[in-house]
Amino acid sequence: MDFLRPTTWADALAAKAERPEATPIQGGTDVMVEINLDKGRPAALLDLNPVAELRDWSSEDGWLRIGAGVSYTRLIDELGDRLPGLAQASRTVGSPQIRNRGTVAGNLGAASPAGDSHPPLLASDALVEAESVRGSRLIPIGEFYLGVKRNALEPDELIRAVRVPYADGPQYFSKIGTRNAMVIAVCSFAVALHPSRRGVGTGIGSAAPTPRRAPEAEEFLAGELDWDGRTAVPDETARRFGELVARAASPIDDVRGTRDYRVHALAVMARRTLGWAWTEYRGI
Amino acid sequence: MSIATGQVQGVGQSLLRPDGTLKVTGEFAYSSDLWLDGMLWGATLRSPHPSAWIRSIDVGPALAMPGVFAVLTHQDVPGVKFYGLEHKDQPVLAIDQVRYQGEPVALVAADHPETARRAADAIVVGYELREAVTDPRQAAFDPACPQVNPHGNVVRHQPVRVGDRFTADVVVTAEYEVGMQDQAFLGPESGLAVPAEDGGVDLYVATQWLHVDQDQVAPCLGLPKEKVRLTLAGVGGAFGAREDLSMQIHASMLALRTGKPIKIVYGREESFFGHVHRHPAWMRYEHGATADGMLVYVRAEIVLDGGAYTSSSPAVVGNAASLGVGPYEVDNVWIDAYGTYTNNPPCGAMRGFGAVQACFAYESQMDRLAEACGLSPVEIRIRNAVSQGSRLATGQVVDTPAPLAGMLRELAAMPLPGPGSTDLRALPGGVAQTTHGEGVRRGIGYGVGIKNICFSEGFDDYSTARVRVELLGGEPHVLVHTAAAEVGQGLIMVKSQIARTELGIDRVTIVPADTTVGSAGSSSASRQSYVTGGAVKAACEAVRERLDKLRAGGASLAEVLAAGPVEETREYRHRPTFPMDPVTGQGDSHTQLALCVHRAVVDVDVELGLVKVVELAAVQDVGRIMNPLALEGQIHGGTAQGLGLALMEEIQVRDGKVLNPSFTDYLIPTILDMPPMRLSILENPDPHAPYGLRGAGEPPTLSSTPAIAAAVRNATGLALARVPIRPDDIALAGSALAG
Ligand SMILES: Cc1cc2nc3c(=O)[nH]c(=O)nc-3n(C[C@H](O)[C@H](O)[C@H](O)COP(=O)(O)OP(=O)(O)OC[C@H]3O[C@@H](n4cnc5c(N)ncnc54)[C@H](O)[C@@H]3O)c2cc1C
Repeated sequence: MDFLRPTTWADALAAKAERPEATPIQGGTDVMVEINLDKGRPAALLDLNPVAELRDWSSEDGWLRIGAGVSYTRLIDELGDRLPGLAQASRTVGSPQIRNRGTVAGNLGAASPAGDSHPPLLASDALVEAESVRGSRLIPIGEFYLGVKRNALEPDELIRAVRVPYADGPQYFSKIGTRNAMVIAVCSFAVALHPSRRGVGTGIGSAAPTPRRAPEAEEFLAGELDWDGRTAVPDETARRFGELVARAASPIDDVRGTRDYRVHALAVMARRTLGWAWTEYRGI
Repeated sequence: MSIATGQVQGVGQSLLRPDGTLKVTGEFAYSSDLWLDGMLWGATLRSPHPSAWIRSIDVGPALAMPGVFAVLTHQDVPGVKFYGLEHKDQPVLAIDQVRYQGEPVALVAADHPETARRAADAIVVGYELREAVTDPRQAAFDPACPQVNPHGNVVRHQPVRVGDRFTADVVVTAEYEVGMQDQAFLGPESGLAVPAEDGGVDLYVATQWLHVDQDQVAPCLGLPKEKVRLTLAGVGGAFGAREDLSMQIHASMLALRTGKPIKIVYGREESFFGHVHRHPAWMRYEHGATADGMLVYVRAEIVLDGGAYTSSSPAVVGNAASLGVGPYEVDNVWIDAYGTYTNNPPCGAMRGFGAVQACFAYESQMDRLAEACGLSPVEIRIRNAVSQGSRLATGQVVDTPAPLAGMLRELAAMPLPGPGSTDLRALPGGVAQTTHGEGVRRGIGYGVGIKNICFSEGFDDYSTARVRVELLGGEPHVLVHTAAAEVGQGLIMVKSQIARTELGIDRVTIVPADTTVGSAGSSSASRQSYVTGGAVKAACEAVRERLDKLRAGGASLAEVLAAGPVEETREYRHRPTFPMDPVTGQGDSHTQLALCVHRAVVDVDVELGLVKVVELAAVQDVGRIMNPLALEGQIHGGTAQGLGLALMEEIQVRDGKVLNPSFTDYLIPTILDMPPMRLSILENPDPHAPYGLRGAGEPPTLSSTPAIAAAVRNATGLALARVPIRPDDIALAGSALAG
């Protein structure tokens, strides 16, 4: 196994162009586990840790550009106020050690349906900034996940950054696990209210082959909410929203939980997160 | 290791363990850290199938790989081809068939661990699959079921028969199930086998009982016992999983074949296949009582699945049968406890074995009975509690203090925790934020357990200690040598405390455990403080007696020791026990019994089925507190393991195959799952035991599980007859609860 260690972004792109089969490694919290479990041995590892520019984040026009090397711990500490949904999700990832190493870009690279950053990225219409020696492009998050552990990156592309708009309204993330910390999601859900455009964003995790939104639920709720009067959401509306979210999922029975439980839990989480978000929006 | 101390560090003192800081900082040398220049790495090829004939094994492709030194199959086992703790029925390497997924088939030695693993994968085994027997009740009771073991599918059937009145005013009947728990120790099976010049082997290994390993390894290697010498390497937890052999014979075979030191370290996934688990259980209980809640009779059928080989199933069945009604007075008992052979993963020893499974069922029954009689859970237990002088279901009279009713009163009187906080970490679901309080209901539950301490049923259970006092640098110094395995329980502290107390000498060195001293018996059944503690005490007393004689003329200790060291070796045995009658189950089968009671307070999100244990309170009678700090650690740890069984820990098996052999999906409690504990530790001495102590490691593991299950039932109103309780069991039980 070759170990490639470029020190600049340009060199990293060149290396990936030359060795498209090389596996990028950032925090290594997925890559090293796979290697230890002997699940396929990469021909080469492309270590992105020496690439300093990946560790930066910046903000422009109401968007945050989060470099691929920014750890969950830093994201929570430095950006949590502007990205509450992503910060809440980040807080549930693994343990402090894992959050010190792991990154959102790594979560995207792995593209596991259970990855915790996916639902809030979906709910807030994030963009994945992919780059190769051929150039750079922005992939809308909804087009990024192609299948179980498959994403839209080309073989010569690397993730440079994730772009997420500042929260323009309340955001909540909720995740079911069978213990109270350090657990892979049985299923998860994120909601983001976008009062500026009277829209609702959603994201469902661990309940389909890929993370996905619940478009019907989003549309329904956006039309029902009393954006101006800010009156309470009728129980019936909240319940219907939950049902539509659950209906958008296509979960399976597996070792972490049953299909029926996931469907049930998604509806509950959708209803509850909506309740918290709307209470916050109403300012009470 | 040497422990420099002040005179005060004797029996009853809280002492920090010398290995504690090393373990926390990652500097402790575990068996997996062993290293010798020139050593080779061993790897094990295991069966992917739970049941199959082996038609062919082609080791050629593995042998052809550069770096490979040896590839061995059952044909290469130099001596006896089977081993086992109670019956020697487990092949060292599979012969013509495999009976469980993960059964070792072949071994490889190579100059790099990865080469060894790749070579093992290159071995071509021709399997012919056959139907796996995976339903233990079918295995035991259906005569048409294929036989997994040549002796039939029942390892042991132990009945208990007392009295003849099996009718009562109030009758509650239910079936209970306990899932397969794993010991989940952190240090995987590992060790180093070094070939010796005399044709023997020196084995450095993490185990629970060096001498029983020696007894099993030597015949398989075709060597006399004295040529197989074992030394305890750093043990990363045990909980029963190291009672059976894992890599001991395999590494030794490879070492003898290659003439080089062999290291074997299992990975985490392999570890799940490399040791036995806790028997899953299916239990049908019927309790009869008078209208005011006095027990009239208990009937029970207990089926414990032992999987493919015997391991310690017979003793597990014995415990489930003899302790099957719990610490209650009942005049009429009809129990049938069975251990079965199936093609499921082998099960054997785990903390509290046999007693843990039965405890979940009988305690659940006591709660049902309380409800049927309109009594509180505490009151019904007090009314039926054993005390000194009570007769157990086996006819054995409890002849030492057993103040269960008082323990329950004390537990019930402890203050309850306040209402739940809104901090996410204090709510069900934790920081994953599944609730801000919606759907959360509080519940309280109680559990009581009784555990036999030391080996039972007539086993010749003893330990050996060699104690030597000598001058080192002009100062008197004690050396304590036993073969007892320190597996994390703190025995090294207890031994040094006893030596200081008995000899009045500060400087004590605990010599590494090995087979150059007599057997200490197993670090299991909560027995080492009792038995090895007893042996150390006896040896110290013998040394003291000699020193006292030598000093009779008024000489100082230093003057006496200047003439040379004083050394004594002693064996210590507890009171003998007796077999259970095979038909009636009667007999004084246990030497000591220990009680622990738990109260659990839980918050349950009844809509999502998630549980936060808010507080666990316990009262335990330990006879004599040897080291308060270590003891509290044992009670906390045992309680946490019981919490794991109640709420999350289960090896999921389908069609004989393990679905979750990793810590990603085999969940053990984290610090956010385990609440603070309120403890009351009683010291009612057992006059038969050294210092009056009672074994303490297992009892808390029994009672915490039913207490938590009862609290969850109390919060949800659901019957919940199976542990671990899964979110589905609560959330999908009915929409009536949705709040
Ligand atoms: C104990 C433990 C607990 C965990 N708990 C959770 C959890 O609760 N929730 C959760 O979501 N995940 C969890 N994970 C998984 C893991 O931590 C996350 O997926 C994390 O986000 C991965 O980030 P990383 O930087 O470590 O990725 P790496 O392991 O370095 O890489 C992951 C994948 O992304 C690719 N990659 C990395 N960087 C780039 C890049 N710049 N461009 C293109 N591809 C790239 C890699 O090639 C690889 O395929 C856990 C892991 C462990 C070991």
